[in-house]
Amino acid sequence: MSPDTSKLNAQPSALRLVLTLAVAGLISGVAIIGIYESTLPTITANKARELREAVFKVLPGVTRMQALVSRDGDLVVVSEPDKDEPVVYGGYDDTGDFVGYAMPGAGPGFQDTIALLYGYKPEEGLVVGMEILESRETPGLGDKIFKDEEFVAEFDALSVRPEIVSVKKGAGTAPNEVDSITGATISSKAVVRIINETHAAWAERLPPAGKEPAIVEPETGGTGAGP
Amino acid sequence: MKKNESYEEFLKGIWRDNPVFAQVLGMCPMLAVTNSAVNAIAMGMATMFVLVGSSFLVSTFRNVIPKQVRISCFIIIIATFVTIADYTLLALVPGVHKELGAFIPLIVANCLILGRQEAFASRYPTKLAVMDALGMACGFLVALFSLGAVREILGDGALFGVKLFGDSFEPWVIMILPPGGFLTLGVILLFFNWFKYKKDEFLDDVARAERSGADG
Amino acid sequence: MDNLPWIFVSALLVNNFVLTYFLGLCPFLGVSNSLETSFRLGLATTFVMLVTAICAWILNTYVLVYAPYLRLICFIVVIASTVQFIEMLIKKLSPALFRAMGIFLPLITTNCAILGLAIFATNRGYGFWEGIVYALGAGIGFTLALVLLAGLREESELSDVPALIKGTAMNLIIAGVLSMAFMGFAGLFSST
Repeated sequence: MSPDTSKLNAQPSALRLVLTLAVAGLISGVAIIGIYESTLPTITANKARELREAVFKVLPGVTRMQALVSRDGDLVVVSEPDKDEPVVYGGYDDTGDFVGYAMPGAGPGFQDTIALLYGYKPEEGLVVGMEILESRETPGLGDKIFKDEEFVAEFDALSVRPEIVSVKKGAGTAPNEVDSITGATISSKAVVRIINETHAAWAERLPPAGKEPAIVEPETGGTGAGP
Repeated sequence: MKKNESYEEFLKGIWRDNPVFAQVLGMCPMLAVTNSAVNAIAMGMATMFVLVGSSFLVSTFRNVIPKQVRISCFIIIIATFVTIADYTLLALVPGVHKELGAFIPLIVANCLILGRQEAFASRYPTKLAVMDALGMACGFLVALFSLGAVREILGDGALFGVKLFGDSFEPWVIMILPPGGFLTLGVILLFFNWFKYKKDEFLDDVARAERSGADG
Repeated sequence: MDNLPWIFVSALLVNNFVLTYFLGLCPFLGVSNSLETSFRLGLATTFVMLVTAICAWILNTYVLVYAPYLRLICFIVVIASTVQFIEMLIKKLSPALFRAMGIFLPLITTNCAILGLAIFATNRGYGFWEGIVYALGAGIGFTLALVLLAGLREESELSDVPALIKGTAMNLIIAGVLSMAFMGFAGLFSST
């Protein structure tokens, strides 16, 4: 059709093949880096906002937060935790007083891994809120672990001493007992187990109650500074 | 004439050569993300963006790309578009992106897209190639949507998250679970077979009637 | 390390690649008409998955930390070329092995199960051994699903089935029933 055809049918030189691929790669690289750079701020902001909302939800009364990691036996404040480093979030109220920790945990559920975040007040030894971040539990049954308000409300004032126990629906009387969901016993137990395991893993690393790290003034410049 | 031709390329993808129902291509995303109508549409749109974009580029540069490295070039082009779609969705609609998860990058492996580049876009002028890609993508979108809508209605009693039935409706949960995907698509294909069978029967009847008419 | 058994069983049964993630459906529906072929294809896929897991780990650890946006392109290019290289190697070293699974290798490289494995393993932040175990589970699970379907299809060849439903429609419905059966494995690890 075009005068090029005969040249194309002839064997093109190796140089031309490599050159074509290189140019294609170059253009694609530029396009990808361009879109990456232009969407990155939005994506980071979205993620940060989601995290803040989840932390504020599991720790009622909290208006400010910071990431905390355990290094050399001390709980230190970081702005950006390292990859794969276990992290908890410290929640603080308007005046900068420590309220509690928001602790992320994950473990096997009925279908796939369940990831959750729960609020923990060390002084009283109470879990004060729980939010499922990620799960693929069965719709209509296992997904009640976040859709059933009654079940979620079980975690509003739950003692972790000595540990949380899941019991049959309606049988829970002690402050450390959770009523399981009928038809989703395994998912309910999985949630309880994940919280217990996370709690056990952090128990040694958290400082004694009252010695939590103070809030580091955020760059936005808050109103009430720490004590 | 020219206009009709490109119109034809567009229409064939929607019905006669529908990528899913007639060619049985692109099954992985087809089944994995169709547990709700919204997910199905998001997936269909992302695929459309990638398919139309790649077809346009491949067809425009079809005389520049040497035959020997064409597949590699196609894959680079497709992967670029997929990456762009991935980041755009993540920035604009993080909720939908979370639902679709790993299946957005997997658009790359959708045989429908590479197949269209090899079979059509690399041989025909840009305008026809884009029309063909649009048609195929629309056909794919229609297929995704019909499967997603059926599964959401039966499995959740809702469409686009709006409840259709009263509280007494007991959702047929299995339909939004993986087995439901296989079963629904199986039944839809069965319907297609039946339709084709009836059409052939009808054409046979017409032919026989014409023959006997000519005889008599 | 203590979650390795969970990763394995999860990929093998609970979250079987074919029956719950719908990955690798093309060969699942296309090739599964004889037990012999299915088994070989499954074997070859498991092998490619192992190679993929190693490639993905190397890329993630040494390359992609600097350029996360190149993930997709890197995975495709590196995995495809590594598999092609290994194919040539097998052809040279062991013609018997090549006959058993060699012809499938190029086909499998473009299979979405392979890319899916790399992406899932990355999203979940698996390390080296976790990745290997995940690939093994996924590969064996793929083989299992393929062989099961092939067995059922060989049986159904001999039975009297209406012409209308023969072909893809029936295979999909059989796969749906299989998938339902596999749902019974859910909760294997959390019930204790």
